[in-house]
Amino acid sequence: MATNKKDSTAYLILVYSMLIFMSLVSIYPVLRVINISLRPEGALLSTSLALIPDNASFDNFIRLFTESGFLIWLRNSLLVAAVVTTVGVTLASTAGYAFSRYNFPGHKVGMIALLTTQMFPVTMLLLPLFLILVKLNLYNSFLGLIIAYSATALPFTVWQMKGFYDTIPISLEEAARIDGANQFQTFYKIILPLSKPALVITALFSFMSAWSEYLVAAVILTKKELFTLPIGLKHFQANLASDWGLYAAGALLMSIPVVLLFMLLSKWLVSGLTLGSVKG
Amino acid sequence: MNWENVKKYKLAYLYIAPAFIVMGLVVIYPFVYNLTISFSDMNLLNFQHWSIVGFQQYIAVFTDPIFYSTLLKTVLWTAFNLFFHVTIGVSLAILLNRPLKYKALFRTILVLPWAIPQVIVALTWRGMFNNEFGAINLILKSLGLGMVDWLSTPVGAFAACLITNIWLGFPFMMVIALGGLQSIPQELYEAADIDGAGRLQKLKHITLPLLRPVMIPAITLGVIWTFNNFNVIWLVSNGGEPSDSTHILVSYVYKAIFTSYRYGYSAALSMVIFGILFIFGVQFIKRSKGTEAVY
Repeated sequence: MATNKKDSTAYLILVYSMLIFMSLVSIYPVLRVINISLRPEGALLSTSLALIPDNASFDNFIRLFTESGFLIWLRNSLLVAAVVTTVGVTLASTAGYAFSRYNFPGHKVGMIALLTTQMFPVTMLLLPLFLILVKLNLYNSFLGLIIAYSATALPFTVWQMKGFYDTIPISLEEAARIDGANQFQTFYKIILPLSKPALVITALFSFMSAWSEYLVAAVILTKKELFTLPIGLKHFQANLASDWGLYAAGALLMSIPVVLLFMLLSKWLVSGLTLGSVKG
Repeated sequence: MNWENVKKYKLAYLYIAPAFIVMGLVVIYPFVYNLTISFSDMNLLNFQHWSIVGFQQYIAVFTDPIFYSTLLKTVLWTAFNLFFHVTIGVSLAILLNRPLKYKALFRTILVLPWAIPQVIVALTWRGMFNNEFGAINLILKSLGLGMVDWLSTPVGAFAACLITNIWLGFPFMMVIALGGLQSIPQELYEAADIDGAGRLQKLKHITLPLLRPVMIPAITLGVIWTFNNFNVIWLVSNGGEPSDSTHILVSYVYKAIFTSYRYGYSAALSMVIFGILFIFGVQFIKRSKGTEAVY
């Protein structure tokens, strides 16, 4: 619709005002959290709508680091997310390759099975998982959490990797085979280096889903020193009067890295999604 | 499937094996386990010595009036959300799909609700809906409008969940629609201009029909995600407050597991939810093949 030469000024004003209105709606909650995080002690329950509070201070951030479990939760979250990322990239890059290159028996069933898992209500996996973890005594351990997270991100990342491999011409591999490389070498030395962009997206997607997950963690982890960031922050939220500022400061610190990553990646995330769903 | 084939594709199976072992552990095994429990009388007291009781739990699900009212609420929840996600998302995409000043800035800000972790979104909006100190009521007051009892009334709390979820869901549809708009050939609009078509006619006869094939898979995914969206309902209404009035099916099951310990019943209800979405998904795949034939 580049034929906007004829667009009247009135129409353009309409376009801009709608965009500006929706942008305000989108950004307001963020500004609100920033405001609450900067409130000095004693002003947490202020009813002011000012953007920057009076007597703004970084007290909440200082308390967050010195008096709360935030740093421990941050470490837990980083640890879990890092392991999940490593496992996720390894599994998705190999499985996606098989789905892209080989028309093996079970190929179609496998791809559809991956899609079907997206329809499972979380409780269907949560109840058995909970019972199993209690029996195996993996309750209150990161191992159970890591296995659960690695698996839940897989359907999307496998589809995404397959979609990317599909765009790499097979002739590249055939050339390498003629030069004497075996099947594994062509994958390892030719395909993987070419797939760096897709691997980065898979890594970041795995990281982000582990970083932000609440429910499974809330069921598995009950000891405060084992909390990940989402449950830690929920814990603050229970006490509106005293911990509201801590919540806001923690929420900002937890969100900033993933929001930045997301902004950098949103284009590819969507192409992965549409490839996955359209080519099904 | 014959043995020769399996041997021929040995390497392929090796490649997918690790992924499917982990999936099997965390997805397939629990699925089968859940299916088994759904035919049992398992609860907190007998969960070491439960026995199979057949379809009893399914009968309990389907004869419970709460199931039907919750199902209705879940369908309404999904329909309202998707309606606003798609309407707002597609409208914004159409507005953005032209040369604009600050286009990149607008796009970045408008994607923000999707980029923030869902837990944070839900907890933050819960704070904003606080009757006394929350931003929403303060804004309503400063505009001279009445304050609303958001979190303490069933309708208010459900509306609060809905507003939160609409807010976080429209950017996904917007980004998908933007991608779709860019693939519509410019010549179509030029030809329409020559024929003297107006803005609305072009929208109705070119833009919307050509967006359809891109939007339908996105809407299907959206329906599945929204139908099963536990986080927003649970965190905004703090576990179904007031008095379990905001539940959709998935949060209702969660409550049945972790507060009433009705494991068999919960497992059966989970299977029913999956069944509903599965039938929906199959219908969709059939229909989308139909749409492929049209375009």
